[in-house]
Amino acid sequence: MSRQTTQKLAFATLTLLAVIVVLPIVLVVAYIVVQGIGAINWEFISGFPRSGMREGGILPAVIGTVLLTFGAAIAAIPLGVGAAIYLAEYARDNWLTRAIRLAIINLAGIPSVVYGLFGLGMFVLFLGFGTSIVAGSLTLGLMTLPVVISTAEEAILTVPQSFRVVSISLGGTRWQTVREVVLPQSLPGIITGIILGLERAAGETAPILFTVAAFYLPRVPHSIFDQTMALPYHLYVISTQVPGMPLSVQYGTALVLLVLVLSLEVTATIIRSYFRRKRQW
Amino acid sequence: MKPIKIQVSDLSVYYDGHRALNEVTLSIHANEILAIFGPAHSGRSTLLRTFNRLNDLIDGVLIDGQVLLDGDDIYAPSVDAVALRRRVGMVFALPIPLPGSIRSNITYGPRLSGVHDKGRLDAIVERTLRQAALWDEVKDRLDEPAAALSGGQQQRLCIARVLALEPEVILLDAPTSGLDPISTAKVEESLQQLKNDYTIVIVPHSVQQAARVADQAAFFLAGELVEHGISHDIFTNPSDKRTEDYITGRFG
Repeated sequence: MSRQTTQKLAFATLTLLAVIVVLPIVLVVAYIVVQGIGAINWEFISGFPRSGMREGGILPAVIGTVLLTFGAAIAAIPLGVGAAIYLAEYARDNWLTRAIRLAIINLAGIPSVVYGLFGLGMFVLFLGFGTSIVAGSLTLGLMTLPVVISTAEEAILTVPQSFRVVSISLGGTRWQTVREVVLPQSLPGIITGIILGLERAAGETAPILFTVAAFYLPRVPHSIFDQTMALPYHLYVISTQVPGMPLSVQYGTALVLLVLVLSLEVTATIIRSYFRRKRQW
Repeated sequence: MKPIKIQVSDLSVYYDGHRALNEVTLSIHANEILAIFGPAHSGRSTLLRTFNRLNDLIDGVLIDGQVLLDGDDIYAPSVDAVALRRRVGMVFALPIPLPGSIRSNITYGPRLSGVHDKGRLDAIVERTLRQAALWDEVKDRLDEPAAALSGGQQQRLCIARVLALEPEVILLDAPTSGLDPISTAKVEESLQQLKNDYTIVIVPHSVQQAARVADQAAFFLAGELVEHGISHDIFTNPSDKRTEDYITGRFG
């Protein structure tokens, strides 16, 4: 075979592989849209479930998922970004920072159901929050931490070292340098990391299973110590636990969850490209 | 003779045990330009960075000996390195504007030390840009990104940024190495103006530049001070054979 033929063959093979990667995603999304779009109407989005969830809407589950995602953000952002700043800007390479990094890597590898059990033991029982939005948010936030920390640290490290040296040479303290130069410059990357982490949290079932999710609670939660329905768990329930559930309602619920998660993703992309255009180095 | 601004005594600097400067003793007089010159790895930049304690940022650096600024040891435990760096400003080899506008680059140092009055900041911007011979070129676009300026303009902006600290000493580490001859001439010209108010230590990017701008010159080789004296004497009649070999281009 001539070199040109080999080249063409390699090119064709690689293109094919790339297409195969994209295909399942397109198929999944298309399938859910086609199956679920029929169920989507105003009542479905804004109404409460009726007749054993076979009719009515999914509003409590949507609100629950939004609240839990928001709560996870409140828990994970200060802790995660703070830890990332510490690791990237202050920490020296010693046994302590190596232990922290090892812990972060291991956190990322823990199965989500284990987070759920930990949340049950720690937040629900030991700290006495009960099965509540607080307990669920903290559990989801904890699960989000490794993603937030590692992407934020990476974003901080992409800020050129020369900016730090210049800032210090102009009489800046380390903290002033972080606040005035490093954080503003790494903010888009940090925000992207946060959103990617929350995206995963929004779609998780296992961590909320024992900590917050209600099987059937057709009302808006009264407080953050109340239980709530949530989309991923609701989807699991109506797909497996309720006999005679119309298929379109199941796929409609999946579609709403998908749209919620994808809208987070789109937000991340917009923020990223907006700041990239503004960046001056 | 002008008063001594910086007195270096028996200064040795080590990086992870490797010696970069060896027992340097040198006095720098106020309102003069001192050129520290020599081939690469002669310890020029290391010496410069001991004057504003920028070496503190490097792990594994060890400093032995004494550096006195106005008679006070800048490595004494009681000295605040952040405050010191406002007295001893530094311009780097490559112009590094911080992200943001021309104006925000200049006001960076003053803002960090607590100046927030708009009128005062505006006055600082105009004064320092004039001192750095950049005012006329940028006065109508102070809020445009600093990164949009040409290399030569950026470097003069960096000089203005240092002047905004109202320092006493200005350190310049090969400030014209990335600039064309015309920009270089402009920077050198502004240095001659600045020495009336400041003490200037420059690592020149060539022997010719050292001869052009300096009042005093110090020749370094492999971390040792070979010769120090009035610039004119050193470049016309060096007393050490190694200095003569270097400036006549026999090595380096």
